[in-house]
Amino acid sequence: MDTLIAWLHSPWPWYVSGPLIGLMVPLMLWIGNRSFGISSNLRHLCAMTQPKSVGVDFFQYNWREQSWSLVFAVGAVLGGFLAGIVFANPEPIDLSIGALTMFSYWNVPIAGGYLPPVLFDLTWMGVIVMFIGGVLVGFGTRYASGCTSGHAITGLSTLQLQSLLAVLGIFAGGLLSAHFITPHLLSLFW
Amino acid sequence: MHLLPYLLAGLAFGFVMIKSEAASWYRIMEMFYFQSFHMFGIMASAIATGLIGVLLLKRYGRLLTLDGEPIVIPQKAPGRWNYIFGGLIFGLGWGVIGLCPGPIFSLVGMGSIGALAALAGALHGTWLYGLFKNRLPH
Repeated sequence: MDTLIAWLHSPWPWYVSGPLIGLMVPLMLWIGNRSFGISSNLRHLCAMTQPKSVGVDFFQYNWREQSWSLVFAVGAVLGGFLAGIVFANPEPIDLSIGALTMFSYWNVPIAGGYLPPVLFDLTWMGVIVMFIGGVLVGFGTRYASGCTSGHAITGLSTLQLQSLLAVLGIFAGGLLSAHFITPHLLSLFW
Repeated sequence: MHLLPYLLAGLAFGFVMIKSEAASWYRIMEMFYFQSFHMFGIMASAIATGLIGVLLLKRYGRLLTLDGEPIVIPQKAPGRWNYIFGGLIFGLGWGVIGLCPGPIFSLVGMGSIGALAALAGALHGTWLYGLFKNRLPH
């Protein structure tokens, strides 16, 4: 029992967590012929809240038929609470030496292990950066009809060419901003 | 419609997002700077497992969904530029905030105000796409 509890508290290596994520693809097909993915919920949430007077047609559909997806997202929030709060990892995140050196050069504390404190908590700069970055994430995932789950995992494991295009775009965009925007943005914080 | 299996699947997914540290900004930066195998190992083993799982589902063709329907793999809509440009724009955001949509939901569950701001931004971005959809190359 103690070993199980300790295992639930500790982070999982890639060869445990990767296959578990991959299992979501056949699991969602088996549950009800669903394509594993989460970002379409952003569209459903817009459809839910769009006032009738606005009427953007992309959000005019019966979102109730997609309740399964919204319920999946509620599950993901609960899972985050369980894994991150109830079974929180007591140890600092085990990053590579290269990454640790880079973050100390960037003056980014490793506290918490998920987001730098300035981005995790309520700070003016943090909220502005997270919001604008979020706009790009939301716009891009809907434009590409999927995110890392729907394209990199589901799309690639079902051999769909469109998903390969999306994944190449995602990685290229991420490389660009992680190398040429993020370090400069962080220097504004301290 | 039975929604409980989806709630449990989502819960497992959110749990793994945190335990795998795929929801960690630090891990995403480490990946984009090629400083660790961790994230690449997650992606590669996830795709391999998904591929094998789907092959097995196809092979045992008589297997039905929980609702008793034959299993059909949903296909992505045709298109080219939407996948490339959309991916690029999403990637540009990901390389800064270090969170893709799955982790955004999980970190909201951890009570992160920053993740909540990212969610609010993502909803605005989604709405903007809906507004300009017809003027964009697809």
